[in-house]
Amino acid sequence: MTATESLRTGAGLDGELLRDLYQRMLLTRQLDLEFVTMQRQGVLLGYAPLRGQEAAQVGSGAVVDRARDFVFPTYREVGVAVAMDVDVVGYMATHLGVWNGGAYDPIASRFGAVNAVVAGSVLHAVGWAKGEKLTGSDGVALAYFGDGASSQGDVHEAMNFAGVDRLPVVFFCQNNGWAISVPTARQVAGGSVSARAAGYGFPGVRVDGNDVEAVYLATQEAFARARAGEGPTVIEAMTYRSGPHSTSDDPGRYRELVEENSWIERDPITRLALRLREEHAADEAYFEGALAEARAATESIRTGITETVGRPAEEMFDLVFANRPTTLDQQRDLWRAAAEGEERGDD
Amino acid sequence: MTDAPTTAAPSTTLSMQAAINLALEHALAQDDRTLVFGEDVGKLGGVFRVTDGLQERFGADRVFDTPLAESAIMGMAVGLALHGFRPIPEIQFDGFSYPAMNQIITQLARMHYRTRGAAPMPVTLRLPSFGGIRSPEMHSESLEAIFAHVPGLKVASPSTPTDAYQLLRQSIADPDPVIFMEPKARYWNKAPFDAAMALADTPPIGSSRVVRPGKHVTLVAWGAMVSRCIRAAEFAAEDGVELEVLDLRWLKPIDAAGLAASVGRTRRAVVVHEAPLTAGLGAEVGTLITEQCFGTLRAPVQRVTGYDVPYPPGDLEDHYLPSTDRILSAVQRVLEYRRG
Ligand SMILES: Cc1ncc(C[n+]2csc(CCOP(=O)(O)OP(=O)(O)O)c2C)c(N)n1
Ligand SMILES: [Mg+2]
Repeated sequence: MTATESLRTGAGLDGELLRDLYQRMLLTRQLDLEFVTMQRQGVLLGYAPLRGQEAAQVGSGAVVDRARDFVFPTYREVGVAVAMDVDVVGYMATHLGVWNGGAYDPIASRFGAVNAVVAGSVLHAVGWAKGEKLTGSDGVALAYFGDGASSQGDVHEAMNFAGVDRLPVVFFCQNNGWAISVPTARQVAGGSVSARAAGYGFPGVRVDGNDVEAVYLATQEAFARARAGEGPTVIEAMTYRSGPHSTSDDPGRYRELVEENSWIERDPITRLALRLREEHAADEAYFEGALAEARAATESIRTGITETVGRPAEEMFDLVFANRPTTLDQQRDLWRAAAEGEERGDD
Repeated sequence: MTDAPTTAAPSTTLSMQAAINLALEHALAQDDRTLVFGEDVGKLGGVFRVTDGLQERFGADRVFDTPLAESAIMGMAVGLALHGFRPIPEIQFDGFSYPAMNQIITQLARMHYRTRGAAPMPVTLRLPSFGGIRSPEMHSESLEAIFAHVPGLKVASPSTPTDAYQLLRQSIADPDPVIFMEPKARYWNKAPFDAAMALADTPPIGSSRVVRPGKHVTLVAWGAMVSRCIRAAEFAAEDGVELEVLDLRWLKPIDAAGLAASVGRTRRAVVVHEAPLTAGLGAEVGTLITEQCFGTLRAPVQRVTGYDVPYPPGDLEDHYLPSTDRILSAVQRVLEYRRG
């Protein structure tokens, strides 16, 4: 598929599922807004907002079967965490500066550690998928990455390996138009990440990433193929990073407000609300209830974050190895002795 | 290129970030073959605004954004150097040089040698480095020992705006690859600055600088740890202990003679760095001192460093970085040392 071809749109999910997706997208939005505020208030050290990408994240994450699949997130995946019922307070430990990678259990959550290295975990998904094949299991690995990440050599290596071995992995690219200040046009030669799949010999689909049904259906289809032993799929969800790259970014330096505004009418949550109304799948009472529920959940997550106590500094030493050499114990002892004697300022 | 530098009137104060920006501007103006490129260095001016305004002034052929691929950035730098350019690539943060290590080590560092000198590599990699800014993971790495260990690479790190200007201009002018480690914790500290004087006063490659004279103990540091050592020296002075602070500046080649001269006077030395202890540059510095000053040393060289752990999350950062207290404890150890 080329950049000029039409996007695949979704249709036909039942009302109950749509309402569940809506609820999670709404919660994601409320959380995202709250986290930006919390960074401004000095609670969070930094944060990477995902506003505008709720459909891409929730619609794909909702397909995951936590009994058998495994997800490899980046650093902008609160919506996927919400879709998968990951402990969001634990997720935010990374932005609190409490623990890089988050403080949830990635193995139990089936949601890998927050990864600060762009494209850092795409190959892990392929390795995990290889493991499923070696053990004759039917789980699927879902790798998230951005349009920017698609430029990394690791992504090529991952797709090629997955294609050679027909591994059960779904490469989910959120093409949000930007990699910090660099637009997709200056990033992706040929204009399409999904089109690259053809070269690796497996399907690539480009979906409207702000249409949660389209995202859900494309992901579901890719998972079905993977489970059936038919190999990988690239999904390129066309969406938009409506906020700054991170709380320390200033998009005014590199993009126009008219561009940002043009995406307001394509807002994934507004669109889903419209659809629910059209389908008579939700009434005003539902929407009021959904918002109240999202606000309450946000409030309780906020409380959880503000009440998070820092990890003891000993963990800096204790968690480096599974089998810790005594040299590190000695360094820990020296650190403790020094920490007890601290009295002067540093700057 | 004949354009005169546009900014920096004499006797102003400047931040290191602005001094580096100026060094780039002057290098771009002086030599058409210089190129600045990396992730977000164009319109955005870099995430630290170090390349601010350069694309506007020199155009998108000389100052350009690359796709998000560090191996590509460094591999392309090699190819451009083969073509006769003088690339000044930026890798956005220390920790993202890891994906580029293959090109840096197997290609950039060896090309001059491999080609029997036919292909010099005048490449200066600008690398915002070290910690102290409560950053996310992989944004606070101290990689000097890794780079210094690679034959064919030179490594520099400034501690002041003037130093940054001198070292960067010098690195760009040098025909060899230089890893230029910018201490991001010091980007915004201002100091008196005069570009013309800085350029005229530039000491040769491999020179250290005594930034605070003293007679009892030499503190050896680089990057952001220099100011912390000066702080420690101020505390020690209150107790009548005079610490000499030596800013190494060049981490390869290391100024062995400068170390010997200083420690020859003070007879005691403490090395301070942010990087982990084991196989850190402190081991090299300590050995250079011991080899040259064994007879005069009054105590074994002490190291105050980060620990052998991944750079910790923001919350724990102060537990990791050498503090003035840890530095002063080491000073006390070398002062109180008695041969057993
Ligand atoms: C290997 C690596 N290089 C550079 C960075 C710095 N960086 C963080 S996010 C980012 C842009 C990523 O763009 P994209 O992949 O499109 O994801 P998005 O941020 O849009 O979600 C960059 C350059 C990094 N984290 N890792
Ligand atoms: Mg992007």
